Amino acid sequence: MIQSRSIGKRLTLLLAAVAALLSVLSWAMVTALAREASQRTQDNVLAASATTIAETLRSEQGEVRLELPYAAFAMLGAISEDRVFYRVTAGGVTLTGYDELTPPTPGSAGQVVFETSVFRGAAIRMASLGRAVLAGDEPVLVTVTVAQTRDGVSAVADDLSSLAAMLSVAFFLLAAALSALVAYTSLKPLNEIASAVSRRGPSDLRPVVRPAPTELAPLLLALNRLMDRLRQSIRRSEDFIAEAAHRIRTPLATVRAQTEIALRMAQTDTEREHLRQIIRAVDESSRSAGQLLDHATVAYRIEDLARDTLDLATLAARTVAALEPTASMRDIRLLLKADTAWIAGDAVLLENALRNILDNAIKYSPEDTSVTLQITCDATTARLSVTDQGPGLGLAPFEPLTQRFQRGENTADIVGSGLGLTIAAEVLQAHGGRLELSNAQLKGGGACITLVLPLA
Amino acid sequence: MRYLLVEDNLELAEAVTKRLALDGHAVDHATNLAHAEDCLAAASYDLILLDVMLPDGDGRDFLARSRAHLETPVIMLTARSQVSDRVSALDQGADDYITKPFDFSELEARCRAVLRRRGGAARNEIALGPVTFDLLAGTLQRGDDTLELRSREIRLLEVFARHPSQIMSKSHLMDRLFSYDTTVTENAIEVYVGRLRRRIAPMGLRIETLRGLGYRIETGAP
Repeated sequence: MIQSRSIGKRLTLLLAAVAALLSVLSWAMVTALAREASQRTQDNVLAASATTIAETLRSEQGEVRLELPYAAFAMLGAISEDRVFYRVTAGGVTLTGYDELTPPTPGSAGQVVFETSVFRGAAIRMASLGRAVLAGDEPVLVTVTVAQTRDGVSAVADDLSSLAAMLSVAFFLLAAALSALVAYTSLKPLNEIASAVSRRGPSDLRPVVRPAPTELAPLLLALNRLMDRLRQSIRRSEDFIAEAAHRIRTPLATVRAQTEIALRMAQTDTEREHLRQIIRAVDESSRSAGQLLDHATVAYRIEDLARDTLDLATLAARTVAALEPTASMRDIRLLLKADTAWIAGDAVLLENALRNILDNAIKYSPEDTSVTLQITCDATTARLSVTDQGPGLGLAPFEPLTQRFQRGENTADIVGSGLGLTIAAEVLQAHGGRLELSNAQLKGGGACITLVLPLA
Repeated sequence: MRYLLVEDNLELAEAVTKRLALDGHAVDHATNLAHAEDCLAAASYDLILLDVMLPDGDGRDFLARSRAHLETPVIMLTARSQVSDRVSALDQGADDYITKPFDFSELEARCRAVLRRRGGAARNEIALGPVTFDLLAGTLQRGDDTLELRSREIRLLEVFARHPSQIMSKSHLMDRLFSYDTTVTENAIEVYVGRLRRRIAPMGLRIETLRGLGYRIETGAP
């Protein structure tokens, strides 16, 4: 499955990104406003100060005179501890103040002009006011400039800015948390449906009936349609297998039954031998057909293995009961020594595996002997061993016996398809277990096949 | 014993009927479920052999429907060897099942096992002179003496008991006693007959050897 990024994660990230952008934006705006506000305050005081000084300008004997009122500087001290500079020029000549202070070009008379500049290595803000004073006959342009360093104003603006930054971070964190909550809440119905579907057993194909939000309704509808089609398709193929088996095996049953009757009526040994061979052929083909069908079923069920909790001993007892009549026909006793052993798995498959093994054991056992089933458990595994008193598995390596259509070298003329052990081995592998083949150590012992399964 | 066979394949039904009749059983044959219901309403049976796939429905569904009022033991005839199919047959109330094509000896063995388990009114007895041979219980009874036989002894004795005056050849006994997928020598027959002869001697039954021809049972009756 190709997995794209989760919608929840994407939604959370997107919402958080928007929140981050808004936070930065609001911080920038608050900072700009704070600078603007403090700047304006300083400008107003500087303008008032310059005006106050300009108010004292007068003409005395053709000369421009002025007084520097204390209040003009006191008001500047009121907003911060910053240093104050001033300069008053009349017709370009400094009347008082700092010569180096370069005033900005004054605008029209009476208008205060502001400028930010650097003076003696410090950032300053200047306010400059031009006024025409009559000195003698001629009007002389007098410029009053008041400047103040900006440290205090900047400090106030920075304080406000960092406060805004802290608020923005807090706002962002809150918004991010809310984003996650929003993403979780809006995806909750989707997750609920997903978990409801995944909790189902492998063969549960009923439609999903759950209240779904409008956006999910089409998806749910499509899912239910798919399940419906799947159910029908499985039923069709099961019906087909059943029908095929029925069509093949019923005529075979007729042939076998008629042959048995003919055998009862047969007069000569040659006739009997021919009839016996027909029966053997019928048995062989029906057995192969059965195991091929079993093999297909096993492969299909292994794909999606059920994990029910089962008692291995009960399962063994049930299988033994089913095969008892077959065994008793040859006076073979099936002995089961078992205590409860809980395992997890598919009862149908495990029973099929055990049945194949027991079938073999009965088939290869001499008459009037016994087949022993024994369950032993250790901490993690259950072992179900099936021991017969037949010829055993011979000396050749046992491994190939579990491969498809392989038969042992000493099977003589017993009918078999070579699929029984393959099926059993595949079933056990699917359950996380294994099939162990050995020759029984006991005197008179034959083959010993052990089903090893992990305990539940 | 009386059997009801529900099977839509006429050739198979004919063969099964004939084979069961050879052993002295009465068999009614129904070709579909509706017919089977008529038979069940008209007569009582010791055992029902029910096919799974019938033209007018599934034998298992029929069984599930009629189990409540149907006391008779049922053995299902199924074409599938799949375990799940068998399990569901038993869940629906079948007593046992047998996979087509089947060995008649196995069918008989399963019928006997089911009837024994049910312990109902079904009787399958053969009189051998003063001895009663109960095929279901697998016992010989003479007065107060009871002898229990084992599965193969029952089947061997049944062959003799059904045809008390007839000579049974070794080859014939071989077919009745062993499945066809194993090779047995006539020697094995001699061993089995010898064993049975010793087992039933205390009940006053004798198996006579006719050199070159076979064996015959002597019931000691006049």
